[in-house]
Formats: sequence, C-alpha cells, structure tokens
Amino acid sequence: MNPPDLRYSKEHEWVRLASDGTVLIGITRFAAESLGDVVFIDIPEAGRQLDQFKKLGEIESVKAVSDLFSPVSGQVVERNQAALDNPQLVNDSPYDKGWLLKASLRNQAELDTLMTAQQYEQYLSSEGSH
Amino acid sequence: MVGEANLKRTPLYGTHVGLGGRMVPFGGWEMPVQYTSILDEARAVRMKAGLFDVSHMGRVTIEGAGAATLLSRVFSSSPTAVKVGRGRYGVICTPEGGILDDCILYRRAEQRFLLVPNASNADPVVEWLRRWGSGVSDARIAVITPSLAMVALQGPVAASMLQGLTSADLSTLRTFSFVEEKDKGADSIVARTGYTGEDGFELMVPSGNVAGVWKVLMERGATPCGLGARDVLRLEAGLPLHGNDIGLTTNPYEAGLERFVDPDREGYVAGTGLRQIRDTGPSRKLVGFKLLGRSGITRHGYPIMDGSKPIGEVTSGGYSPTLDMNIGMGYVPKSYAAPGTRFAVDVRGRLAEAEVAPLPFYHRRRDP
Repeated sequence: MNPPDLRYSKEHEWVRLASDGTVLIGITRFAAESLGDVVFIDIPEAGRQLDQFKKLGEIESVKAVSDLFSPVSGQVVERNQAALDNPQLVNDSPYDKGWLLKASLRNQAELDTLMTAQQYEQYLSSEGSH
Repeated sequence: MVGEANLKRTPLYGTHVGLGGRMVPFGGWEMPVQYTSILDEARAVRMKAGLFDVSHMGRVTIEGAGAATLLSRVFSSSPTAVKVGRGRYGVICTPEGGILDDCILYRRAEQRFLLVPNASNADPVVEWLRRWGSGVSDARIAVITPSLAMVALQGPVAASMLQGLTSADLSTLRTFSFVEEKDKGADSIVARTGYTGEDGFELMVPSGNVAGVWKVLMERGATPCGLGARDVLRLEAGLPLHGNDIGLTTNPYEAGLERFVDPDREGYVAGTGLRQIRDTGPSRKLVGFKLLGRSGITRHGYPIMDGSKPIGEVTSGGYSPTLDMNIGMGYVPKSYAAPGTRFAVDVRGRLAEAEVAPLPFYHRRRDP
C-alpha cells in the first residue's frame, strides 16, 4: 500500500526523488487516515529553507491540528496549490495528487536516513502494537 | 479508546463497531466520531439523509399533577404553553442566569413531560430537577435513558425515507411536533426535531428495537453519521453546543437565546437573575464569523483580537463543507457584533482576518 519507490520518516511523511534531483514531500496514507478529513494546510512558500526533522508547518483535520516535520533539508521550490485549495486531496490521494511541497535537496545522503517502504510498514506494525 | 474506564455504551454500540465507526469518549459515552469521512457524512445529510445515534443524550420523564409546576421552576419558558404533542427548545439556568444545559421539552400528556438534556449534563439536570422539585407535590422524575434509545434521521429526503415505517402522516407533522405510537407493543416517539439545520426526525424507540430501526433506515439509503459530522452541521446551522458556546459562565441573552426565555414567571428560580441581565442588557454577544479567504481554522479558546488587543474568544470553529469556507462562533463586545464588523483571530500566534456573519451560516431550502 505504501509505494516502494518512496522514503518514509517516523513522523509519517514521504519523499519522492525525481530525476532532476528535486523531491516531492507529502504525508502517508496512515497519517492521512489517522488525521481524518484534512481541511487546512499551512506550509512555507517557495524559497524558504527546510531542515531535516524540524517543524515544516501544520496540517489541520476537522478534529485537530498537527505539526508537519520536514523529512529532508533543502529549499522549497513549489507548494501544491491544488492541495492548498482542496485539502481533501491529501485524504483522497496522499501519494499522488495530495503531495504538499516540491523541494531541492541540500544533502541527498539524508534520504538514506529515512525508511524504505518495507521498513516503514514494520515501523507501523511495531508502533501499533504498543 | 477501548477500555477507557466507566464509559457507557448505547444499544447501537455493536452496530457502530460493525460499521467500522471510530469510537471516542464523549460526555461519558463511547460514541462513533466518524465511520468513513466527517465531511462526506455531513454532505450526505445536506444532500440526502444521515442517521445518527443520539442515545447518549438523556431521556427524563417528569409526570404527575405537579410536573408543570416543577418544570416551570427550572425550564426557561412556561411548560403549560407547550401543547400536548409539541416540543420546545429551552435552557435550564442557575439563579445567576448561567446555563446548566439546553434541552428540548416534549409534552406527552397533560401531566407527562419528557426532557432531553445533553449527555454529559443528564445527571446534573436530574439532580437540579430533584433539588427544585423537593417541595412540589406529585412531580415524579424518572430517567428512562437506558430503556428508550434515540436516533436522528436528518436530511432533505428524511421524511420520504421514514414514511411507511411509521403509521403517522409525516407530511402534516410540523417542526417541533411529535407523534407517539406503539413499536412492537412498546411506546415510541417520532419527533420532527434535530440538530443539523436540516429537515428531519428524532426517533425514540425501545432499546431492544433500535438496531432493527437503524438497519432498515440504512437499507433505505440513510448514511450513518458520527459526532464529527453532527458538530460540523450544527455549527453551519448556528446552533450552540453546551460546553463550547454556552455554559455556566454564559447567559441566554448574550448567547442569542433570549427568544427561548420568559423570566417573568412566578416561582422561576432563574427569574431574578435573568431579569437583571435582560434589563441591563448583555455586554457581549455570541456572533458567527467567516474567515476571509482560507486564512485559518479557528477553534474553541482562540483569542479574538482587535489589533493587538484581545476582545473576545472563539467558542466553536471549523471548515464548512456546505459553504466551502472556514467559519466560527465566539463572544465579542456588543460594539463588534454587527454583521460585517471585522476582527482577527489569533490562530496559534498568527492573526487570521474574520468578518461577523449573520447566523445561521446555512439556511436549508424550504419546499415551495
């Protein structure tokens, strides 16, 4: 269910590396389902710096507001305007239409500090067991 | 949430779990907050019909020759003005004018009333009735919550969906009217009431029958809806939620509930306090507001600001799927209460611009 070509953080964000060296960042299906209906996304504009595992912004569902953490360091290239205008895209299509940010990477090696899909699924099952 | 201490379950608990409902604690009960999506469930109510378990609310019978006398002491308007077969919304106030609860009072017979308080207030309300009823002869109070379950069917097609399941002619049943009938030999109530701003019904049926009623209504196309959708819908309809928008530290005049209050009655325990508030006029008002653009989601407790000066507090807020905008309610000084007035809401350190909007935010379309 979690695409094998992505990398995953413990905070339930994903990163997809494109051929031009930029990445897309979003939240996982598990995160989207836990949040419930997303109604507001507050993320930095193009040009802003991101630091790995530091607070990136906020995502709000009908019931609660949660912090987003950047899975990588880099610079924001673009925000997904479609998702800002229609946040339910994050629920409907978390790995595709519901991406949040496009960013350039400061250090591509950071991707190796993130989990593979298989590791992430193990992480989810161990998290769910406590 | 399973295993949380002392949470009560309604007779539909198994039904909710079977439908994949996400169960959460609410007012001392374990209730479904959503089955699939809060927003999709809310949209189903606006477009067609939704089905809610509201069995967590209280059902309290007050009967006897002294029932009306007791209720007149505690309820915000005269119970004798309520005709048999009618219900009336009102509040229960402390002598100072604070709101202990808001509820609907149904009159089932000359000397028999049914009061429906909020889930978490059911015990305090019963205690309040006993306290003020101690000197009233022949006013018997009985909590029938466990034996009489309650579901709400709400939406533009609710009447056609329900017609045929009841012997009543729903086309002539007015809003806030109800009919009584026997359901498998036991008393049931079909009331044209609700908490969504939509046409609809609240059905009180014996607990043993309610799962069957639920199943039939789902087969007829009603969408099961959780507490999340209920909260979205009632906010769109501008209906206050006790504990959020109204409570012991607010009074009915500032909350915009003055039309449900008649303080000029002999023996009314809140009469003096409420007359004083009425005569001086409230200093603040509960208003609705819209966030300009998509500048943020406001929530209970967020400060309302005029520049850097806090002027009030948000009591409810969220995204409105029907209007596709972010809305809220809160208390502001009277000088900020006119529709069109602008202020800001402090959303965790960021100021979001808002404008006072007339309540309700959402008006249902009525039949021509």
